[in-house]
Amino acid sequence: MELIKFKVEDRAGEVQEIEVPGDMGLNLMEVLKASEFPVLGTCGGMALCASCHVSVEEGLDQLDEQRDAELDMLDTLPNALPNSRLACQLPINEKLGGAYVKLQEVME
Amino acid sequence: MIKTDICIIGAGPVGLFAVFEAGLLKLKCHLIDALPQVGGQLSEIYPKKPIYDIPGFPTVNAQELVDNLMKQIAPFKPTFTLGERVDGLTKQEDGSFLLTTSDGTEVHAGVVVIAAGLGSFEPRKPVIENLEKFEGKGVDYMVKDPEKYRDKKIVIAGGGDSALDWTIFLSEVAKEVTLVHRNQTFRGALDSADKVFELAQENKIRLLLNSNLHSLDGDGVLKAVHITDQASTVNTFEADYLIPLFGLSPKLGPIADWNLGIDKSAIVVNTEDYSTNVPGIYAIGDINTYAGKLKLILCGFHEAALMAQSAFKYIYPDQKLSFKYTTVNGITPL
Repeated sequence: MELIKFKVEDRAGEVQEIEVPGDMGLNLMEVLKASEFPVLGTCGGMALCASCHVSVEEGLDQLDEQRDAELDMLDTLPNALPNSRLACQLPINEKLGGAYVKLQEVME
Repeated sequence: MIKTDICIIGAGPVGLFAVFEAGLLKLKCHLIDALPQVGGQLSEIYPKKPIYDIPGFPTVNAQELVDNLMKQIAPFKPTFTLGERVDGLTKQEDGSFLLTTSDGTEVHAGVVVIAAGLGSFEPRKPVIENLEKFEGKGVDYMVKDPEKYRDKKIVIAGGGDSALDWTIFLSEVAKEVTLVHRNQTFRGALDSADKVFELAQENKIRLLLNSNLHSLDGDGVLKAVHITDQASTVNTFEADYLIPLFGLSPKLGPIADWNLGIDKSAIVVNTEDYSTNVPGIYAIGDINTYAGKLKLILCGFHEAALMAQSAFKYIYPDQKLSFKYTTVNGITPL
């Protein structure tokens, strides 16, 4: 079983290293929720609510490109950055290995 | 005033099926939804997506499921108030409820069932200083009456279809239109984006790309919008109106103020009958939470069935309710 390691910075600036199996069909939003980060995942992973908005500070290039639903949602976020992603659209696999993601503020 | 046995807040799949379960017990339902059509997320967000986990349907398109539910509940003659959000909910002395909507519609109901899914979809607000101070005093989150902007200076922010469409439309109405977008390309419809670039070239609008809203200025009413450009320089633009168009985001909204038990934006319920901590108010579907909760349409359907039995007892505490199968008795239209 392959373990995927990556770093997560919460909204207070604290960094935590996360290790999860890469073969469980999880996405990053689910792992963040399960690791008790303050991520709501209100829409259940349909790229609808953007409550799992993160920026990828390291390892962005390795990730799969955004699909339309994610791009459409990011376009509506006033605080989106060039390296913004929705964690629910990022599968936990080797492409996420070594990445550094930062939780972004959620727009009320 | 509309009078009904059950007022259902939210006309998504679970709210619609609740009409069926209530109808079997001869309870009449009125549904209110903030969206202009029934079906909730299914119709609004993914009408063409196939759903694979509805029992008996190997696959069914979201809109098809909604259409079928509407057929299924038709005998029970539900009534609807669409395009209005429930703002007020007060319990009467006799245990019944009075609901009022954003447009002033009043509903009197024996029981209230909240089947509001993710909540109501409300405009997403940019995080800028003193934004709230100018809401309704120059800051509008939607264009209701374009004439309001005639001969005014307006700033539109956003990069989606509605930002593009209103920029094009209002360029003919307003004195001056500035469109602020954080990117340099638009993901809205291609011809709308082309049109916006064309208008900018002809100097009919001011197009600020790679730019962000910074802050607002005014004196009771909005006077100016400060905008940062790519180099993070803040520039000031006179404006009578700022229209941020950043799409919709689901919000619990006024539901949060009804003294219900809330945990992480969901309503806490008793799994015996999906009642809330306020007797007579139930919560079913994605809006509720309990140990082991799964946000599935089929779970919402189950919750609707149990809720209806309990709602009947709340409305008619002295009547006996005997459980009947539709296979034995069929359904009796209301």
